[in-house]
Amino acid sequence: MKPAGLIAENISWAPRKNLPKLLHPVSFEVKPGQVLGVVGPNGAGKSTLLRMIYRYQAPTSGRVLVGGEDIWAGPPRAAARKVAAVLQEQPGAFGLSVREVVTLGRTPHRLGYSTPGAADAEIVNNALDRMELRHIEFRDLGNLSGGERQRVMVARALAQQPQLLVMDEPTNHLDIRHQLEILSLIRSLGLTIVVSLHDLNMAAEVCDAVLMLQDGHCRGFGAPEDVLSEAQVSQTFRVKAWREVLSRSNTEHLSFHLPD
Amino acid sequence: MTETAVDISRNRKFRLTMFCGVILLLFSVSVAISVGAVSVPLHVVWGVLINKIAPDTIEQTWSVGRQSIVCEIRFPRALLASFVGAGLAIVGASLQAVTRNPLADPHLLGISSGGAFGAILALLHTGMFLGLLTVPLFAFLGALGATLLVLAVSQFASATSADRLILAGVAVSFIVMSLANILIFLGDPRATHTVVFWMLGGLGLAQWSQLLYPLTILLLCGGWLWLNAGNLNAMTIGDETATTLGIPVARFRLMIFVTGALITGVMVAFSGIIGFVGLMVPHIVRMLVGGDYLRVLPASALFGAIYLLWSDIIARTIMAPEDMPIGIVTGLIGGAFFVWLLRRRDT
Repeated sequence: MKPAGLIAENISWAPRKNLPKLLHPVSFEVKPGQVLGVVGPNGAGKSTLLRMIYRYQAPTSGRVLVGGEDIWAGPPRAAARKVAAVLQEQPGAFGLSVREVVTLGRTPHRLGYSTPGAADAEIVNNALDRMELRHIEFRDLGNLSGGERQRVMVARALAQQPQLLVMDEPTNHLDIRHQLEILSLIRSLGLTIVVSLHDLNMAAEVCDAVLMLQDGHCRGFGAPEDVLSEAQVSQTFRVKAWREVLSRSNTEHLSFHLPD
Repeated sequence: MTETAVDISRNRKFRLTMFCGVILLLFSVSVAISVGAVSVPLHVVWGVLINKIAPDTIEQTWSVGRQSIVCEIRFPRALLASFVGAGLAIVGASLQAVTRNPLADPHLLGISSGGAFGAILALLHTGMFLGLLTVPLFAFLGALGATLLVLAVSQFASATSADRLILAGVAVSFIVMSLANILIFLGDPRATHTVVFWMLGGLGLAQWSQLLYPLTILLLCGGWLWLNAGNLNAMTIGDETATTLGIPVARFRLMIFVTGALITGVMVAFSGIIGFVGLMVPHIVRMLVGGDYLRVLPASALFGAIYLLWSDIIARTIMAPEDMPIGIVTGLIGGAFFVWLLRRRDT
């Protein structure tokens, strides 16, 4: 798993050719092994942006380059060997076990109709170990807690051996402990990661760079402390944001208040 | 390596389930041949069958009449029941994966109704201008038409979510059924009683000469579905995740629907509308062998065959010597199962 850089060149998206754009052209670059946080209010275009990167919705204009190659130029399988995604989709009640779900990560690497072999099993084992899922590998996915299920989905993405990992709101619906675990995980994976986050303080803590979106427009891209400034956050999220220093840990923290 | 040990035990459980299933299937076929208006003892059933395969192995102690009942009527009927049950069960299992809805079933999605529409059109209006193949071909085209209609309606109504896709299927089912009723209404009244057969389902038309069609379709389409078991697994997670695993989701779903229409259409052509097999069987199978489609598909085929054999046995004995249409039996059992499932999903 060698992380690859991501370059987005003027990518934009509209539902159809003549309809207004939901995401206006945006360009940015993520260096190999870096974490990019995508933030913005609801409906800002975060999911739309991510979908173009994990090759679900084709950009209306522009290119998405992973490791220098346009992921939209080749077939979906080729892109799937490079880009994995942890999404908010929840699998239905189909009785797949944890191990079977993680093994799905090997799908784009399979030859033709072959079934997973010993090498695949080894990769799956590693992914399970890394996510500390080995003890529940034969449990039914439907009987797991939200945090465990999220870890299964990350293990599945790791089994895909991607060069770039996209995560859509990975901390959603998780309790505090599991949120913190996911965040420390993001830091430790050593992959290039694009992650959308609702919590700006988490974004500031975990990301090397932040991209801020509002109404389909890019409102800032750069280091977290620059993009997540009081003025920028206040304007984009229509709140009054204060950068405060927490007295106990002596770290900066954003607090939010409704404007008068 | 305890993990591998558990893995092996899961495999062993699957093999054990399949082994018991095959034994149960052989037993079910024997009983299906044995019971009926004229009861044929089990040892005679086996004697006749063994002598068919290896002549003169067992001394013939039974009448020629019994022999021809076993060979000409009941054996092909039992085989047809097995093929139809297996076919409908794997279609249900596959549709459930690509619609991500455990309630998907060729009957509920209107595919069976489309098949019946095609069969009725051929029987009452166009005549057998293509010979014996006319009804199966029309049934397939009807099933395919209904399938595409369901997909079109779900696009049109933006009802691509799993639950609403089922509603689109129910709507199409009603429309196609009404169209079929118009065909019956406009058709020759003397011929309509043969049409009732397709509406209610029955295996009474089984003949050796025709068994090859459902068997061929079952083996070809079933084999293709089995090769795609990995992709079917991925589809149960979600469209977007399946896409990120390299699966061309829209095309794959369409191919599964067309394959499902092919199997359902041909099965409906020979047996009429038999509902809920595709809904019930995969559910029970998942409880036995887990959710991996590599195991779900063959087990569904096996237990679908067993289920339909017993439904047919019930249909033939409950009002003996009358044959009750088998669709009534599967409808009653399946409807009750559906209610149980709804309750279970809520809790």
